[in-house]
Amino acid sequence: MTANRLAESLLALSQQEELADLPKDYLLSESEDEGDNDGERKHQKLLEAISSLDGKNRRKLAERSEASLKVSEFNVSSEGSGEKLVLADLLEPVKTSSSLATVKKQLSRVKSKKTVELPLNKEEIERARTPLEQEIFNLLHKNKQPVADPLLTPVEKASLRAMSLEEAKMRRGELQRARALQSYYEAKARREKKIKSKKYHKVVKKGKAKKALKEFEQLRKVNPAAALEELEKIEKARMMERMSLKHQNSGKWAKSKAIMAKYDLEARQAMQEQLSKNKELTQKLQVASESEEEEGGTEDVEELLVPDVVNEVQMNADGPNPWMLRSCTSDTKEAATQEDPEQLPELEAHGVSESEGEERPVAEEEILLREFEERRSLRKISELSQDAEPAGSQETKDSGSQEVLSELRVLSQKLKENHQSRKQKASSEGTIPQVQREEPAPEEEEPLLLQRPERVQTLEELEELGKEECFQNKELPRPVLEGQQSERTPNNRPDAPKEKKKKEQMIDLQNLLTTQSPSVKSLAVPTVEELEDEEERNHRQMIKEAFAGDDVIRDFLKEKREAVEASKPKDVDLTLPGWGEWGGVGLKPSAKKRRRFLIKAPEGPPRKDKNLPNVIINEKRNIHAAAHQVRVLPYPFTHHWQFERTIQTPIGSTWNTQRAFQKLTTPKVVTKPGHIINPIKAEDVGYRSSSRSDLSVIQRNPKRITTRHKKQLKKCSVD
Amino acid sequence: PPGPTRGLLCPRRVNSSTEGARTGHSHYVTPAESAMEGSDCTAKEPPLANVCRQNYGAAQDPVEPAVPRSASHVTGSSLGKAEVACGRRWRKTAGNIKCELLRRIILISVPRNYDPALHPFEVPREYVRALNATKLERVFAKPFLASLDGHRDGVNCLAKHPKNLATVLSGACDGEVRIWNLTQRNCIRTIQAHEGFVRGICTRFCGTSFFTVGDDKTVKQWKMDGPGYGDEEEPLHTILGKTVYTGIDHHWKEAVFATCGQQVDIWDEQRTNPICSMTWGFDSISSVKFNPIETFLLGSCASDRNIVLYDMRQATPLKKVILGMRTNTICWNPMEAFIFTAANEDYNLYTFDMRALDTPVMVHMDHVSAVLDVDYSPTGKEFVSASFDKSIRIFPVDKSRSREVYHTKRMQHVICVKWTSDSKYIMCGSDEMNIRLWKANASEKLGVLTSREKAAKDYNQKLKEKFQHYPHIKRIARHRHLPKSIYSQIQEQRIMKEARRRKEVNRIKHSKPGSVPIVSEKKKHVVAVVK
Repeated sequence: MTANRLAESLLALSQQEELADLPKDYLLSESEDEGDNDGERKHQKLLEAISSLDGKNRRKLAERSEASLKVSEFNVSSEGSGEKLVLADLLEPVKTSSSLATVKKQLSRVKSKKTVELPLNKEEIERARTPLEQEIFNLLHKNKQPVADPLLTPVEKASLRAMSLEEAKMRRGELQRARALQSYYEAKARREKKIKSKKYHKVVKKGKAKKALKEFEQLRKVNPAAALEELEKIEKARMMERMSLKHQNSGKWAKSKAIMAKYDLEARQAMQEQLSKNKELTQKLQVASESEEEEGGTEDVEELLVPDVVNEVQMNADGPNPWMLRSCTSDTKEAATQEDPEQLPELEAHGVSESEGEERPVAEEEILLREFEERRSLRKISELSQDAEPAGSQETKDSGSQEVLSELRVLSQKLKENHQSRKQKASSEGTIPQVQREEPAPEEEEPLLLQRPERVQTLEELEELGKEECFQNKELPRPVLEGQQSERTPNNRPDAPKEKKKKEQMIDLQNLLTTQSPSVKSLAVPTVEELEDEEERNHRQMIKEAFAGDDVIRDFLKEKREAVEASKPKDVDLTLPGWGEWGGVGLKPSAKKRRRFLIKAPEGPPRKDKNLPNVIINEKRNIHAAAHQVRVLPYPFTHHWQFERTIQTPIGSTWNTQRAFQKLTTPKVVTKPGHIINPIKAEDVGYRSSSRSDLSVIQRNPKRITTRHKKQLKKCSVD
Repeated sequence: PPGPTRGLLCPRRVNSSTEGARTGHSHYVTPAESAMEGSDCTAKEPPLANVCRQNYGAAQDPVEPAVPRSASHVTGSSLGKAEVACGRRWRKTAGNIKCELLRRIILISVPRNYDPALHPFEVPREYVRALNATKLERVFAKPFLASLDGHRDGVNCLAKHPKNLATVLSGACDGEVRIWNLTQRNCIRTIQAHEGFVRGICTRFCGTSFFTVGDDKTVKQWKMDGPGYGDEEEPLHTILGKTVYTGIDHHWKEAVFATCGQQVDIWDEQRTNPICSMTWGFDSISSVKFNPIETFLLGSCASDRNIVLYDMRQATPLKKVILGMRTNTICWNPMEAFIFTAANEDYNLYTFDMRALDTPVMVHMDHVSAVLDVDYSPTGKEFVSASFDKSIRIFPVDKSRSREVYHTKRMQHVICVKWTSDSKYIMCGSDEMNIRLWKANASEKLGVLTSREKAAKDYNQKLKEKFQHYPHIKRIARHRHLPKSIYSQIQEQRIMKEARRRKEVNRIKHSKPGSVPIVSEKKKHVVAVVK
């Protein structure tokens, strides 16, 4: 029984997995399973909880309930069986446990056996066969997403590892800001929605259309071929959308139901159910989507002319998102709950462009957003550079804005999930405005958020990634891709109608992929950046051209390498060729001999510039120069600059006028050859005296001599 | 090129136009100035000589084709061309001497631009010049000029003629006095003056006579000129003393001389008895010297290690300083009245200030044996010392180390030394009966120098001075060859000195602080000063 159940749950799981790429841990986590808020289920759960109050069974039961819940919720086939199984399980614990062991063993055997899994695998393989599935799998593989085992992806692991506390804090701050922004936008959207003036809406729409037209015109002028392509694409997108478009209330079935609801209780219930489902699915979007709905419905022609991003936004807002649609119709609830919030950030991100289209000054928000984006992209780039994994390349550097978008989306999605789980816990708060609900930014978020940076859970994100790759690889051969698409669609037609529908959705996705790629540049914020980038690039290019010839850096590196080589101690080879063996032309001394007579130079000390890439330090003192340099300050000088000054003043006639040269070179004592130099006399040094002895003169007229002389002579005379 | 008239009228402008208006540094070199330029402009020499020759012989060759070269080598510009042009023009009006003279004046005024930017690397260039000068100085250092031989015993004393540079007197140990003519490098007169040693010899300040003292206890005065033909060689005066006179010196201005032996006697030339006799102690006095400036002062040195100063107007000596060892002789500085240098037995020379005898001004040490004689250069900047170690050294007054050492293989213990009155030569008399003549400046060129040579010499000297502290130059300039005996002696004494120093340091280190006084090298040798 259990095995059966398990198999079923597994089946359900695999479905989820491949369609919505839901990791398994969502099954196990308590928070995720309780996406619905109908009272019945809750009541049942409560009952269960009460019944399993004794600790042993509790967990098991919870597990079961989760599995059953899921299965029963969205999988039509498994719903009934799941309920039955629950009952059986409830009955089981009454029996003895000894018999259980054998059952368990069997179960484990069954588990391990492939035969049980065979149908599953088959299904998988079958699904993978179709081109779209293949594509999806390709995407998954490319981005190293877990296909079979939905644990952390390598990228996620890496990011987990790379994340530091600071980073986490920063990220949390950013998240908070993003949340605030989101709430602003929601408020704004609500405000706009509340505007009842039809004229206003008309004006807005017209303005949008005009802008789009203008842009299209511009594109046509600049690149007619591209414009044509664009036109075609838009047309096709529109067609696809038209084909797959399902407005909640405007569908045929819905309309009929609405008519019937007045009278038929069942119909009313069905209607309500759908509405509630819709509400669940488009929970966050409803604010903006309703206003957009009208546009989507009425102004397809306008949308034709609108650039792709805007187009995409609207489509998202309207709910033509294939995944969402599918989730509406056939997929599990989880998928819906998960994918839904993804729309929001998109909306949020595109809000910038929208607001511009409406010519509404939302300056602060814009600035905030831009800042946020910039920082984000910067960090992203650095992270990418840190990540050695090729998976890191899913976010390429040149498409920074897209990264930002996806990032935002991811973040807000996580946020959503969190909120939903909380909402489940306190369902009464459903009436409280969302803005309020989002306001608490508790610490509980942190661990969850920590895991966030690169996590790609949903196809939406994969789409982003794939799109980026497309953007990278196939900018030019896009028409070809479309051709493939068109080819593919007829091929798929003969399939089952449900499948066909899906295919259409897939194609829609594909279309989105193709259409989104080029239009990123129409976003206002990045264009400015790009302009700047371009300028910078131009500048760099100019410099590069100007110094094209001389590669200074390489020259320097070469020089350094040579210097390092030169400074290395050399081995001494003392081998004598022909010594002790035959020698001659072409005969080399043996290796043994060479080895023996090779004196290996010891390894020198490490160079000082070893860790300085831009520096060459010459560690050798120039001995030749030193021989010509004064080492110690010579005696009479008290400071080196005195000495230097004496040296720096040239005395030669090359630098001085003749007179100056003569003055400078005159010796202190000049003697003439052949002239007798008599001893100095008192008369010679300045004062006159009679022919008689100096002392006598001085003694006679002491006033006439200077004090110095007097002192001297006095001493002489006294002594 | 500018015309000749313009050049004549306004040479300054010619200069500025040709030199490209270089600012105020340009300067006209007069012939004299250009002649003064140093040897580094040897390239200029031939043209300049040419100019000079032309100046002297202007009339003979009015137009010299080499003239333009002489100008163009300096400026290397249009000036030379201008000269060529004007030369041609004047060739047409040949014979115009006035014009020719004017042209030469233009030629002579060689402009020069002293813009430092045009003459880079001044320090390295001067350094190289200094290095070359130093090397050349060593190359040309050949100080030994002549050996005057003729004595038959060791030369014991020397005397300069006060009025005649060429005349030198010498007394030998066999009592013979010889008068030498230095220019002819021969002996012009020989006198057997004494029996035994001629202990001292001095000339009278007028140069007409000289005095000798000898071991035979006599003081003899001799005429400078020799006796007439057929006359017997005999002294003007002879004074018979009671004791042996070991030295004599004459007053620089008056007819008074002083002898020393047992005591210092001051004599009037006209009298046979001394005016006064001064003694301080009982030992024999080896030398007495009159102060050349303060002429009544005299100093003597005695065997009892004293240097005694006297005033000849007083009856008693002034003061004395007792050194560690005996002083052989003293010499007064002819340019500083109170400075004298004493040649000591302890291998050192001490320069004293007469006013402060307790500390010598400078201790000069380089000799490796007793210093026997000392004599000042008449400039008063240097002195020469003769030593028992068979060498003479030249010391600057203010340096403790000698700047020069002279020796030859044959020169034995040098007993006496004299610096000639023109400060160019040094004479030394030694044991082995020869008088040697040396250049005071070893590498100096003898004979007449041209002004350019003189300028070059001065410039080189200045350069050597300027760069003297540079190790390369210093090493070259200091290098001297020494005889092995002196060299080994120096090494040995260095070791001894180091040992003494070490011992002293150790003594200071291992004794109570302050108990062993630290005595400076200067004070170490002075035992006492007595007044």
